Amino acid sequence: MTRTKVGVASLIAVSALLLSSCATSNEVTLDVPDVPMIDEIGAFEEELNIINWAGFVEPAWTDQFTTDTGCTVNSRVAGTSDEMVTLMRTGQYDIVSASGDAALRLIVGGDVQPLNVELIPNFSDDIAEGMKGQIYDTVNGKPYGVPIGRGANLLQYNEDVTGGAPDSWDVVWELDSPYAGKVTAYDAPIYIADAAVYLMYHNPELGIENPYALDEAQLAAAVDLLKQQNQIIGEYWSDAVAQITSFVGGNTVVGTSWEVLAKFADTPSIKTTLPKEGSTGWFDAWLVSSSTPNVNCAYAWMDYTSQPAVNGAIAMNFGMAPANIAFCASSPEAQAHCDLYAAEDEEFFDRIWAWTTPIEQCVDGRTDVKCTSFQDWTNAWLTVKG
Amino acid sequence: MTQQIDQAPPPAKHSKPISTFLFHREKFRLLALLSLPMTWLVGVYIVSLFLLLITAFWVINPFTSRVSPGFTLDNFISVFTVPAYLSTSLRTLGMALAVTAISTLFAVPLGIFMAKLASPLMRNLLAVAITLPLWAGYLVKILAMRLVFTENGFINWALGPLGVASPGFNMWVTILTLTYLWFPYMALPVFTAIRQIPNNLFDASADLGASGFGTIFRVVVPLIVPAIIAGSVFTFSLSLGDYLAARFTGGSTQMIGSIIASNINLNPPVAAAFSMVPIAFVVMYLMVARRTGSLERM
Repeated sequence: MTRTKVGVASLIAVSALLLSSCATSNEVTLDVPDVPMIDEIGAFEEELNIINWAGFVEPAWTDQFTTDTGCTVNSRVAGTSDEMVTLMRTGQYDIVSASGDAALRLIVGGDVQPLNVELIPNFSDDIAEGMKGQIYDTVNGKPYGVPIGRGANLLQYNEDVTGGAPDSWDVVWELDSPYAGKVTAYDAPIYIADAAVYLMYHNPELGIENPYALDEAQLAAAVDLLKQQNQIIGEYWSDAVAQITSFVGGNTVVGTSWEVLAKFADTPSIKTTLPKEGSTGWFDAWLVSSSTPNVNCAYAWMDYTSQPAVNGAIAMNFGMAPANIAFCASSPEAQAHCDLYAAEDEEFFDRIWAWTTPIEQCVDGRTDVKCTSFQDWTNAWLTVKG
Repeated sequence: MTQQIDQAPPPAKHSKPISTFLFHREKFRLLALLSLPMTWLVGVYIVSLFLLLITAFWVINPFTSRVSPGFTLDNFISVFTVPAYLSTSLRTLGMALAVTAISTLFAVPLGIFMAKLASPLMRNLLAVAITLPLWAGYLVKILAMRLVFTENGFINWALGPLGVASPGFNMWVTILTLTYLWFPYMALPVFTAIRQIPNNLFDASADLGASGFGTIFRVVVPLIVPAIIAGSVFTFSLSLGDYLAARFTGGSTQMIGSIIASNINLNPPVAAAFSMVPIAFVVMYLMVARRTGSLERM
């Protein structure tokens, strides 16, 4: 009985996945290693080793999971996507809460396995539309990730200095910015995509269709823009606390940030906005290692954390929009959280380009050129700061 | 009489079996002496350095960013050919030299005052003041400097009314922070060396008509060069390898350590190649120091 209901629900989920992957990825076919997916859930193993962002794995919800399944949860917190990829490749971990910029690297590297969503009943209609079937974790129609939550890279500003929300990212990119020397930028190669988003709007002749599919000329243009920005940068940030103190301390007036950092800054004049050019964002999903010995615990974990209550608890703890929007209606507090992080606002997230690992095959569907890979971006990023 | 014999200590040859065993076995003695430090030096230190050096020749798969064994010199070549890398190396070298110079400039007068002029109480107080920062954590000190120079920080609060503004975070603040971090390593050997200069040398210098500065430059400094070299090995090499000071107080300043830190996950071979740069600088520095003959006198 329940089995049938699950079957129907997942059938709908799968067809929704297929439809949206057609819509978003233009049926881009990528070369990925053939990793098998499992057909059924077996007996639970004894443990589950997780690599996660800080705040994703807490006793408040892991204790119940361990009681239900007998899987002991071991969490390893990673600070950056690159660290996650490195750790995942050691083969010592079963599952990772990867952002899109790590996910595609792991998928094309054969480090993670495709998922059988029929075995994850909570991966259902309630998952936000914009988090299903995206190119960063759904390749050739096969889903590799179970969405956890998402957040946008917004323009944060000190209203006392700017006197209102800047309507354009030009305050962080152009040399004549009134806040030159008090600008901050995210210190990672994936930030090149933010330059590309700005160029898409202001330099349409470059022909950038997707900020993660840059050919060599387009990458060079983005790097030139970043080098220009380098002249007005006060600080680059990778450490969230340093970024917060920089804004609160007055050294930074404008720069890229997350809603949750503005919240932690706890200063009325520090606000975020989404400028007219749009922006990038991080969409996190659970990815399961292709060599995991604890695959049944991993599936149980993904299903457990996709329930509205647990998914919402993770989202509230980290400060992001939950993937399972059924959570929002569960209480006034939850609704307030969802509203703050625009969880149900697909129009907002339509203007956000989800972090995606750049790879040689252009993810915008172009086949006449070779795109620049993440390795090219890495090398380019280091030349920006000089 | 019998009782006395009982109370006497037993003969030595029974009491120290290990010494007796080792006495005639010279090679075994050497082995016992050196095995522990050599295990550390070779097993942990040299091997890990060697593994690092090997990685610098390995290649990275552009598609998956996976490192795989191979042989390429590209990583080393990039250290010299990529303008951003070259300028970062030279900047770091300049910063390390500046930190060493500033530390020396402060340490010599301070050492002369402490060793020759200060009362014993004052000398002890100053010695505590110099070493006290060593008790605080390294990161704590860097963050303290960050707070001092931040826009709403100490400098603007205390000196703002006088018209002095904090310079914000830049390379100079990083040099200052590094000087703050490593100054004790220069000040202590210099102080100790100056203490060992006999007082009558100062008297003789004065009798021969030398001015105060003349005495410092022609008597004190030549005698303490070995101590300055010893201190500078610390200030120079520790500054070369640092990156947290640059990250928290340097604004957008990039040092060699910053490149290594951001490459360690992204591109380990380049990070490994880059880690050879400070090693090369330190080796060159030591060779120059050896040339001056001061290493023999250390």
